[in-house]
Amino acid sequence: MIVIGELINGMYKDVGRAIANKETDIIQHLAADQVKAGATVLDVNTGPYSKDPKDDMKWLVESIQKVTNVSLALDSTKADVIEEGLKLVKKRAIINSTNADEAKMATIFSLARKYNAQVIGLAMDKSGVPNSKDRRIELAATIIAKAMEYEMDADDLFLDPIVLPVNVAQNQGLEILESIREFRHLCEPAPQTTIGLSNVSQGTQFRSLINRTFLVMAIASGLTSAIVDPLDKELMDAMITAELVLNKNIYCDSFLDAYRKK
Amino acid sequence: MPVEFVKEKYNGAINTIEIGNGAKCVKIGGETTLPFLFEEGAMPNQPVIALEVLDTESPDQAIACGGRLLCVRLASIHPDNGNRPADEVIASLGLIFKKCGLPLIIVGCGDAEKDNEVLPKVSQAFKGENFLFGIATQNNYKTLAATCLADGHSIVAESPIDINIAKQLNILITDMGFDPARIVMHPTTTSLGYGMEYVYSIMERGRLAAFLGDKMLSMPFVLFVGQEVWKTKEAKDSIAQGVNWEIATAVSMLQAGGDLIIMRDPAAAKSVMKYIEMVMKK
Repeated sequence: MIVIGELINGMYKDVGRAIANKETDIIQHLAADQVKAGATVLDVNTGPYSKDPKDDMKWLVESIQKVTNVSLALDSTKADVIEEGLKLVKKRAIINSTNADEAKMATIFSLARKYNAQVIGLAMDKSGVPNSKDRRIELAATIIAKAMEYEMDADDLFLDPIVLPVNVAQNQGLEILESIREFRHLCEPAPQTTIGLSNVSQGTQFRSLINRTFLVMAIASGLTSAIVDPLDKELMDAMITAELVLNKNIYCDSFLDAYRKK
Repeated sequence: MPVEFVKEKYNGAINTIEIGNGAKCVKIGGETTLPFLFEEGAMPNQPVIALEVLDTESPDQAIACGGRLLCVRLASIHPDNGNRPADEVIASLGLIFKKCGLPLIIVGCGDAEKDNEVLPKVSQAFKGENFLFGIATQNNYKTLAATCLADGHSIVAESPIDINIAKQLNILITDMGFDPARIVMHPTTTSLGYGMEYVYSIMERGRLAAFLGDKMLSMPFVLFVGQEVWKTKEAKDSIAQGVNWEIATAVSMLQAGGDLIIMRDPAAAKSVMKYIEMVMKK
């Protein structure tokens, strides 16, 4: 399972402040803590309040790479901000993200080809987030077709069915889980799948419980990566256990420790 | 029409373990492929055959066989088999070591209490020689692991034909601060005709997990083929049959992924050494 740590995001107040004041140690701690907790990729997002997102992206990437060597998921709606990060990454990056709009895909896949990056493709377009499995699959197929045009390998593409909060779109849970399963059958080799997990519990009271329950169900549906809070130990334990039950790792009594010793 | 072979590529590798020091140091493990599939990966170290002698036996025949390691089983320390004290055993081992000049694999008698009393003293007497000591089990590993850690030896970790316990024991030993690259796994040996296929399948499962990145199963395998074969009625009926039985079992264990095979009969050992030379030719 590819675990993308979500915490370096300017949307969070303390991180936004750290970015504004260029407080390197706060960002570096956040990076190191997430990797220690099991993140294999770190998401990097300058946040909505950044005054100079290109410069902030550059500073974030440089600061993070001083303390860890994991891959980065460069997260922005603006291609030039992503490119700023792509110029600096030491390991192959993930671009977070494109949707299924023609112009957006052209820009993002060009960047991916230029910098040999992987791409997260959101199953949505300018008309918004779909509310059915079939529409999600249609959009995912559009993204795959475009990626092929740019000679990307299918397993370098992470398809995201777009997770919606359970308290506002309760009928979407099953549609999303079934989409994940179907995405894996869209081409050969199968594309990767990912979700922005925390969104499922937005505005609810028992966020951690809902997150880990949904994550386990999504893993059972074939999910191969997720954008999560890796510092949520119970979430990580549930993920490790789900993979164990699916025979991804050999059982032993200390299977949680064994996974973490990897 | 030419047939295209399907080739597997793995990311993981088996740990390389060194036994002994200097020019006599023997390396085992290091594979990045299932046994002898040189098209798919590498076997940087040839599997090793070690002859086994009892601590009260003359090692001359075993040494003459030309192995690069010698295994000494401390049978005489068993309370029912002489109950020899540690200092006598250390003296015998000293003589054997002097005579053969080979790095030793030292195995206890199987009585946990006596092994825990004698093996730490033996380990200390050969501190820094980088020997391989056995046998640690899930119920009795702490004393041996602590002593090997202190004296710079490697350890044999044994599980009862159970991949889950094998993994668990490796974790327990590494939790004590033991370097995973100093553990050799004994998946339990059985002889041809006595469930060998089950051991084979367990080894294969462990290997595939290791190649997919499971660090707690990335240890080389040791198999005590000699002791198992010479217990069977087929071997007891006829020595010639026993020799063939030992060869067949050893070769099967090499094909299952054995890195270190402990054998009893010099003629059988020589045949298997020849076999290794043959299959290692690419």
